[in-house]
Amino acid sequence: MKHKHILSVTVANHPGVLTRISGLLSRRNFNIDSLNVGETDNPDYSRMTIELSADDRTLEQVKKQLDKLIEVIEIIELDKSNIVDRDLALIRVDCPKENRSEIIQIVDTFRAKVVDLSKDSIMIEATGTEYKIEGLIEILKEFGIRDIVRTGIVALNRGQVTD
Amino acid sequence: MAKISGAEIFIESLKKENVEVLFGYPGGAVIPIYDKLYDAPFKNVLTRHEQGAIHAADGYARSTGKVGVCISTSGPGATNLVTGLATAYMDSVPMVAFSGQVSSSLLGKDAFQEADVRGITMPITKHNYLVTDVKDLARIIKEAFYIASSGRPGPVLIDLPVDITKELAEFEYPESIDLPGYNPEYNIDKDKLSEAAELINSSKKAVIFAGGGAISSGAGNVLEAFAKKSRIPVITSLMGLGAFPEDNELSLGMPGMHGCRSANYALTESDLIIAVGVRFDDRVTGKLDTFAPNAKVIHIDIDPAEISKNVDALIPLIGDAKEVLEGLSPLIKESKKEAWITQICEWKTNNPYKYDDDSNEIKPQYVIEELNRLTDGKAVIVTEVGQNQMWAAQYYNYSVPRNFLSSGGLGTMGYGLPAALGAQLGRKDDVVIDISGDGSFQMNVQELATIKNYNLPVKIIILNNSSLGMVRQWQELFFEKRYSSTILENPDFVKLAEAYGIYAARIEDAKELSKALEDALNHDGPVLMDIKVAQEENVFPMVPAGKGIQEMIGG
Ligand SMILES: Cc1ncc(C[n+]2csc(CCOP(=O)(O)OP(=O)(O)O)c2C)c(N)n1
Repeated sequence: MKHKHILSVTVANHPGVLTRISGLLSRRNFNIDSLNVGETDNPDYSRMTIELSADDRTLEQVKKQLDKLIEVIEIIELDKSNIVDRDLALIRVDCPKENRSEIIQIVDTFRAKVVDLSKDSIMIEATGTEYKIEGLIEILKEFGIRDIVRTGIVALNRGQVTD
Repeated sequence: MAKISGAEIFIESLKKENVEVLFGYPGGAVIPIYDKLYDAPFKNVLTRHEQGAIHAADGYARSTGKVGVCISTSGPGATNLVTGLATAYMDSVPMVAFSGQVSSSLLGKDAFQEADVRGITMPITKHNYLVTDVKDLARIIKEAFYIASSGRPGPVLIDLPVDITKELAEFEYPESIDLPGYNPEYNIDKDKLSEAAELINSSKKAVIFAGGGAISSGAGNVLEAFAKKSRIPVITSLMGLGAFPEDNELSLGMPGMHGCRSANYALTESDLIIAVGVRFDDRVTGKLDTFAPNAKVIHIDIDPAEISKNVDALIPLIGDAKEVLEGLSPLIKESKKEAWITQICEWKTNNPYKYDDDSNEIKPQYVIEELNRLTDGKAVIVTEVGQNQMWAAQYYNYSVPRNFLSSGGLGTMGYGLPAALGAQLGRKDDVVIDISGDGSFQMNVQELATIKNYNLPVKIIILNNSSLGMVRQWQELFFEKRYSSTILENPDFVKLAEAYGIYAARIEDAKELSKALEDALNHDGPVLMDIKVAQEENVFPMVPAGKGIQEMIGG
């Protein structure tokens, strides 16, 4: 059974690391849903958040194969019930004047933001879980979506609960 | 401290790594390095093709256990290394390959003889580097040798822009390695060891299945002692030939597509497989769903990614094969498994490799048997790919590690001749025999020149069936004998060898074979034997594609 998994991968901040990782995943036929890279607090390392759908056996292989790369320092599979995960989307929607207030209402309900407005379109910035972003996109569809760009998931484990 | 050039750092670093021999081919991007090689204190072997250089480095590495080293120029030189890198990568051969590169300032501009070698070789190297600063060079070389030879060995490529070889830096070879993402040493899990021992002690029909990992970890003696103590029979994969002496009563030989029936039956009937440095290649397992249906698997491997990749392992033992076996041995009870051993011996007796020897033609199997007899099973056998490779695996008796060199994983035709010359340089006092097909031989035939130049006494045995035999065999069995592009019209190999200055002879009569082979082996210097063998001879037994390994045909 395939499930979504989120891997948080710490890698050496070298040129070519992204190619190495994405190349490995694609040539071993592992399907990536999204992949995200950014520097960490330590400039020698970057963190990648990789979201993929895989059964348990494939996931084990992905983790082990990634771990073999010399430039991969650490791989953590994030436990979905104990993380904060965010996806960011910019969405440009058709927006003639008469729809403007309705759209803005929707934007407010989803706690998103209007970041650009023109005569006939509106651009919305939304941050939240993937689930929330997909909900918003679904509703905006009926107004006519022109463009979407999404970051894909970034995620971190929640702080330890100490007792 | 005085500064020296990148090219000099290259030489000094190789000295620090105790490199004895470098195989290579020059060109624009590596002229500064070749200038320094001119009076380097180690051997610099000029091959006639970069593919020859890298396979030679591979043969040297496989036959000695040391790191093979080779170098090419940029662009076409570097792309000629690709097959050799993939070959070494598939068979986990320790190697450091250097490729020249265009000047740093020209990178990415489609400069003359530029190729994105780091990009091209990423999936076929254990790791690779593009050097961007001469100050990093020594460290990178140190890391490359360490990565290539530690853990699961493999090839490492260093792409070296020409300007860097001319720039100056202080030379200091690092004492230690700092690679936080690479830890090839594993503490063996004690609990898992006890679990494994318990399983072994309670098993009735266990087999040991040893592969290339057993050889690269130097587990030979330990494996032998382990098998003797536990009375568990040993199967060796193509890459594991020689890890366990084949004349031992517990030896079952090679399994898989062209393995022996006894090994395949034993795997199929076993209740426990103790896998030692094998990766359960599809040529071994056949159809996966019917592979060893009753067996639990204890998998010993230094590469965690091999565990349960193809066959589920109940107990993984991650670590160096030799160390794991050493840890396991004391926990093993000397047990009686005589019913199982009796069964195994029966399979062995009833199913030896066999061929019909009733024709007047020379049977290729007979050639290998004779070589085995004449060399007492002690030669270093290097093969090409195809039928010659399988017969060499089947009919020669391997008793020590590192005496069978063959491209197992990639199946690279053209591997044998250059690998044999590399092996001969590493094993000066041993007889090195290249067992070749007439097709494969022509893929790197230019290396006859190298063999001659360095007067390497390699014995080249061409099993000449005037065809691409293995493909022809498939066409015969599965494509209604439609021999599409597999019948070869060959040059006169004897004249060809003579043109290179190499002693050669043709044998067409089976009665002359023994004497001719004996002469060839006694000749001090390189020899080529063009042996005309039965064209339509097939390798048997055989597991047809998509079938289970117990469903062998022929033989
Ligand atoms: C570089 C390469 N090209 C093609 C093949 C496919 N192939 C496998 S065996 C074989 C035939 C080899 O013929 P030959 O060297 O004459 O050996 P024989 O099987 O006759 O002993 C071929 C073409 C290969 N393994 N490697």
